[in-house]
Amino acid sequence: MIPRERKGQPISTGSEWTFELIRVYDKEIGRIAERYALDTYPNQIEVITAEQMMDAYASVGMPIGYHHWSYGKHFLSTEKGYKRGQMGLAYEIVINSDPCIAYLMEENTMCMQALVVAHACYGHNSFFKGNYLFRSWTDASSIIDYLVFAKQYIMQCEERHGIDAVEELLDSCHALMNYGVDRYKRPYPISAEEEKRRQKDREEHLQRQINDLWRTIPKAPGKDNEKEQSRWPAEPQENILYFIEKHAPLLEPWQREVVRIVRKIAQYFYPQRQTQVMNEGWATFWHYTLLNDLYDEGLVTDGFMMEFLQSHTSVIYQPSFDSPYYSGINPYALGFAMYRDIRRICENPTEEDKRWFPDIAGSDWLSTLKFAMQTFKDESFILQFLSPKVIRDLKLFSIVDDDQKDELLVAAIHDDAGYRLVREQLAAQYNLGNREPNVQIWSVDRRGDRSLTLRHQQHDRKPLGESTEEVLKHLHRLWGFDIHLESLQGDRIVGTYHVPPKGDGDYEENYPRLDLAIPPI
Amino acid sequence: MSYVIDRRLNGKNKSTVNRQRFLRRYRDHIKKAVEEAVSRRSITDMEHGEQISIPGRDIDEPVLHHGRGGKQTIVHPGNKEFTAGERIPRPSGGGGGGSGSGKASNSGEGMDDFVFQITQEEFLDFMFEDLELPNLIKRHITGADTFKTVRAGISSEGNPSRINIIRTLRSAHARRIALSGSSRTKLRQAKAELARLKLEEPDNFGDIRKLEEEIARLRARIERIPFLDTFDLKYNLLVKQPNPSSKAVMFCLMDVSGSMTQATKDIAKRFFILLYLFLKRSYDRIDVVFIRHHTSAKEVDEEEFFYSRETGGTIVSSALKLMQEVMAERYPVNEWNIYGAQASDGDNWNDDSPLCRDILMKQIMPFVQYYSYVEITPREHQALWYEYDNVREAFPESFAQQQIVSAADIYPVFRELFQRRIAT
Repeated sequence: MIPRERKGQPISTGSEWTFELIRVYDKEIGRIAERYALDTYPNQIEVITAEQMMDAYASVGMPIGYHHWSYGKHFLSTEKGYKRGQMGLAYEIVINSDPCIAYLMEENTMCMQALVVAHACYGHNSFFKGNYLFRSWTDASSIIDYLVFAKQYIMQCEERHGIDAVEELLDSCHALMNYGVDRYKRPYPISAEEEKRRQKDREEHLQRQINDLWRTIPKAPGKDNEKEQSRWPAEPQENILYFIEKHAPLLEPWQREVVRIVRKIAQYFYPQRQTQVMNEGWATFWHYTLLNDLYDEGLVTDGFMMEFLQSHTSVIYQPSFDSPYYSGINPYALGFAMYRDIRRICENPTEEDKRWFPDIAGSDWLSTLKFAMQTFKDESFILQFLSPKVIRDLKLFSIVDDDQKDELLVAAIHDDAGYRLVREQLAAQYNLGNREPNVQIWSVDRRGDRSLTLRHQQHDRKPLGESTEEVLKHLHRLWGFDIHLESLQGDRIVGTYHVPPKGDGDYEENYPRLDLAIPPI
Repeated sequence: MSYVIDRRLNGKNKSTVNRQRFLRRYRDHIKKAVEEAVSRRSITDMEHGEQISIPGRDIDEPVLHHGRGGKQTIVHPGNKEFTAGERIPRPSGGGGGGSGSGKASNSGEGMDDFVFQITQEEFLDFMFEDLELPNLIKRHITGADTFKTVRAGISSEGNPSRINIIRTLRSAHARRIALSGSSRTKLRQAKAELARLKLEEPDNFGDIRKLEEEIARLRARIERIPFLDTFDLKYNLLVKQPNPSSKAVMFCLMDVSGSMTQATKDIAKRFFILLYLFLKRSYDRIDVVFIRHHTSAKEVDEEEFFYSRETGGTIVSSALKLMQEVMAERYPVNEWNIYGAQASDGDNWNDDSPLCRDILMKQIMPFVQYYSYVEITPREHQALWYEYDNVREAFPESFAQQQIVSAADIYPVFRELFQRRIAT
């Protein structure tokens, strides 16, 4: 680092933090962030111990969660890893809420606390407030209230119906959690008060609709018989949990409400799963920028900066594919490199950049960066902004593994011929639609055995994984009647799953069902 | 715009419930692991937690995901020598050099076990699950050497520090009202009369003065009633209630004759430790009395009990006699819950066995909560066992005998002895 002209006294020189120092650092970082006009929610910085951090970990980042054994499992494995020193804890956890809650660990040094404040309280926070997915899919101001509502509701259910009944139901919902989101429709924002107020009405209303749907009283002959023949639902349904909540014939009202809770929480986390690279990259870019500005103003010491850079470089370290530490692309590294590169393209465009990015080369970097942050998700962000320079720097290359061929094919590398292909394929890799099998509800045999048929559209002939049958058992538990899954390549059915399995006589007892009386048919 | 909050003092055990849910769900796995651990552990080693390992497969939460196969395209960083269009052999196994699947586990096999720790408390919970101490009733009805004081209403005698001010003042007030009642009525009448006189007969000085004197006399009389009298004082009453004794004494009887090897003694020791840990869960205080015997019995300390070596013949009745003496001397039956555990390899003087039976039946069994006999031998039963059979028939509720062949039997036998019985 070239020593520049520096003014001002360092805020602190030791590595011990105090609450007063955190406040001062936060104020200074906030002042610089304002210079870049970062729009944030108010911050609530909470200092916690390592044990509390493990608790926060275990509840997958929800500050308040309902009770479920799987969180206990997370906790046990985190605890074990941490106590044996196999893994460090994250320096911070930040929650998309208003005010934005950031957890700081007691064990951190002053430098780490400042890094975390810059990273979480100004980086992630402004991303939560700015990015379109978060703006339209989540409601930061009400999430905490909703989680409180969910926790209480589920606790009441446990009291009334027993822990086991609720646990079984939650197991089944969790298995389908990734299929509990609306990908294209904007959901209504959730609000706890509203939920409580409407929940009773909804129960009754829902049940009435369902009773109507499954009405077994014979209709007058000759009336709308042609309608009976058509498939139902008319369109394939991507949100399986929503479909269950609204249409499963045997669920009781409280069970529908629990399905709804899991669905709402899945929806809340959906944007985070789609913006990992962008979100982490953005936060990393800003902690880097903000702390460097602090240094330029002479507010932090050289020692502070050395420690900071050491942490920073380990965060953005990208092992290459043949390294034993390699476990895929590091979202921090990719995101940080891309934001830095966008700034470079804006400030010092080369000939190549002008060819590739005529729109942004030479433009104002701050507004370009914000535009990118606000309007994209990982997939489109990479497709739009991954430059040949970043591809070269990271030496990205693309491998095609086709099970019909004996050898792997290197489809493209970081050269002129390959940039576009690498970029497209990397973007596709972050497309949730490609990463998760495309399974949708196809039809329901409403007048027959009430069986539910799902269809899986194969992508590049990729089959379903080995836990599919288990998931279908869970779906069977929720739906209450037979489940069929057809796997399709194009229009051709290439595989089927059935729960309970077909052609087996006495299977009834072996498959999980919610303990329900089946209404007389 | 920022608030810094110190949450470190908040509870750190937010995950406790979830953790317990997890243990509850996998209790069968954990119980199995605990049982294995009990037979594997060294005898001094019962007092801490245990590492439990559950096959990862059993614990997975299923989700829909892509399996291997089909056409997979993956972008990797850090290219060194590859060029576009190059074909490279598919690496064997998973992970590494770019075989498609994102998962590093190879072909579903060899999944890691899920390993975690349970605490000593939980370990013992699992170890003694479904077991119970028979004949616990005695503990609830006998024994009165400890007391606890409980509040028992109000009394008119007591210690000044326990005075009940409200009740005292209330009763003083009541007393004042009661004692001054007639005087106050007269006073009221006199006052009314005085007022009438003053109005109607202002010149009747004699009557007026008489009335005024009367009023003064009545006032003085009312004022003479004391504000607070010793009679008024009320005290909070505390009474002593006998605290049911929760003391137990455990007699460990062991044969140390020449036929008992160190290995046999180890087995016996494990059994005694299990019993001790188990008793400790039910009783606040436990005394342990170690009695070893060959041809004669002796009360010894723990170290000597397990490790010193002696040889000689075997007369079991000597130990039983000593036990009976110690019981009579130090552990009165009305205060102590008495448990006996005897370990032996079954050898005894044949003449002695009936004697043992008699001592047990007449002098020991009526006074103990439970008596268990374990015979640590791979051989045929001898006379002692058959004599003890008679005892068991006479006291089916509180006498049990079992045979242990190897260390692995200890825990099952222990469970057998203390299996929870359906109340009849």
